Amino acid sequence: MVERTVRIGSSHGLHARPAKLFTQAASASGSKVTIAKGSGKPVNAASILGVISLGVDHGDYVTLTADGDNAETVLDELVELLVTDHDE
Amino acid sequence: MTSELERTIAGTGIGQGVAVGVVARMSDPLPEPADTPSTRSQAEESERARVSLGVVARELEARGQSAGGAAKDVLEAQAMMAEDPMLSDAIDEALAAGKTAERAVFEAFASFRDQLVAMGGYLGERAADLDDVSQRVIADLGGVAAPGVPNPEHPFILVARDLAPADTAMLDLDKVLGLITSDGGPTSHTAILAREKSIVAVVGAADATGLAEGTRVVLDAAAGIVIADPSDEQVADAERRIAERKAAAVAPVTPGALADGTAIPLLANLGSSAGAQAAADAGAEGVGLFRTEFLFLDAGGSAPTVEQQKEHYIRLLEAFGGKKVVVRVLDAGADKPLQFLNDAHEENPALGLRGLRALRASEDILREQLTALAEADAATDAELWVMAPMVSTVEETRYFVALAREFGIKTAGVMVEVPSLALLADKVAAESDFASIGTNDLTQYTLAADRMLGSVAAFQDPWHPAVLRLVGEVGAAGAAAGKPVGICGEAAADPLLAVVLVGLGATSLSMSTPALVDVRASLLTFTLDEARHLAGIALAADGAAESRAAVAAAALTLKEARS
Repeated sequence: MVERTVRIGSSHGLHARPAKLFTQAASASGSKVTIAKGSGKPVNAASILGVISLGVDHGDYVTLTADGDNAETVLDELVELLVTDHDE
Repeated sequence: MTSELERTIAGTGIGQGVAVGVVARMSDPLPEPADTPSTRSQAEESERARVSLGVVARELEARGQSAGGAAKDVLEAQAMMAEDPMLSDAIDEALAAGKTAERAVFEAFASFRDQLVAMGGYLGERAADLDDVSQRVIADLGGVAAPGVPNPEHPFILVARDLAPADTAMLDLDKVLGLITSDGGPTSHTAILAREKSIVAVVGAADATGLAEGTRVVLDAAAGIVIADPSDEQVADAERRIAERKAAAVAPVTPGALADGTAIPLLANLGSSAGAQAAADAGAEGVGLFRTEFLFLDAGGSAPTVEQQKEHYIRLLEAFGGKKVVVRVLDAGADKPLQFLNDAHEENPALGLRGLRALRASEDILREQLTALAEADAATDAELWVMAPMVSTVEETRYFVALAREFGIKTAGVMVEVPSLALLADKVAAESDFASIGTNDLTQYTLAADRMLGSVAAFQDPWHPAVLRLVGEVGAAGAAAGKPVGICGEAAADPLLAVVLVGLGATSLSMSTPALVDVRASLLTFTLDEARHLAGIALAADGAAESRAAVAAAALTLKEARS
């Protein structure tokens, strides 16, 4: 299992559009990916409801985990999404 | 004389329009599915739920495709909610307990909805999206039509609790005269749609739930009210205003002036040089606020070079040859984060290291921007003014003006957004070449209400006499020192408030391009003495609503006395 911790770049946090983009990407990756806010309980990253209800704001730290052969690549892409500001 | 039936319902107006029409209501939500044990097998119920969730997801995706733009993202997100794996788990759990598919879907959505509402703020407003998906799935399970937008043959004023994105995407805008919602604040989908499409709207009018189908109403967005069963006089007044707005839209483009000829230049607020031509065509006599943030946001992780900035400023200044262009230096902070400027997480970004404070902490960025501006000024014949945002002390004023001069900027000033600066306006006027009042932030700081937060949106009203008194301080100080005082911000775009601001001493008004027409027409209706009289009435009021109402009444009296 691979794990990464990153800081959220979108100015409105991981709510509306950024949450959708992230969940779509996690879902499309084919890997089992989880996301947790701070030291909280991880949720399925392919669940938009799970991701939204974490209440992740700009500047919060989240931890991603992924399983599988291409876990590294999957997390690279997801991390890129999370550090980008989609709310300009 | 007012009609005996007449009732007035208050809400938050979006835009300046007026509409008269009859109410068509959104159909009421479906009843809550009964919590009785299912007569079907768990596998059957599970299949029913799966099919309906899929049907709704596909339908939302299709609506997203046809809607495009921002609505597409929201509708796609809703489609994903319908097929969410965590939701699916919650539904399965309820089905395992012997519940019907309807009840299981209802409970699963409700539990996520409650979580969002409990988190409040922006998330609470997303709860409407979830409710909408839930209703659609339950309607599909029951084989009934989803609650939605009515479609009468005649034009109508739509009354709804709040509009879901799926509804707004389906609205026939040729028939919708106006929108009224009982829930939803200025950041709701309804408000966003209304602004985007210039639909007359009043949102958050709680008492609108009592408006019956077919009721005649006057919808007055400028005043933020709905009049149900209006009198003939009220209808005539509304129709007169609708006609006035139509006439103003085709009136000749003249320089901004009061009825007595006092010139009040009308300027445009721009965020990039791309809008310059449209602003000039609409009669903007220059630029009163040019925001430079996008230059820095687009540059990615680092600040743009002096050369890149200079090129852009030259393009802007060339579009306004010979005219005034007021450029605001970079306005960033924890709320508008730029990695190279302020990367710290702040609990209270509006009160943090932002605007001039952030630039002063990274002075090389400010120095580079001033260099690029001075070089662009030298290469063009526009009249460049430069101002700093989020200035809160006289010392900061002195610092910025001195630094700008060092780089050869001829006219340097400050934005007045913080009450402390307005209260010391006489001292500021002695140090600065001009002042420009940012009414949005000035209101937020005066009323201590986060302008991004829907729950305190009612405080964000520049008609508040406390805000206007501060504007008056700045106006008086400017007049005494012979220094110009501009207004940039939403307040200048409100045609009647614009007159009050001039009465308080504003010497120019800057606004988004679409507002120029209404404001130009409004200024031409009053003399300077009348503007001062109206300003006095606004200052004497107890609150924002009283101030707006008293000025509107006095303005009408002045107009009637003339005709």
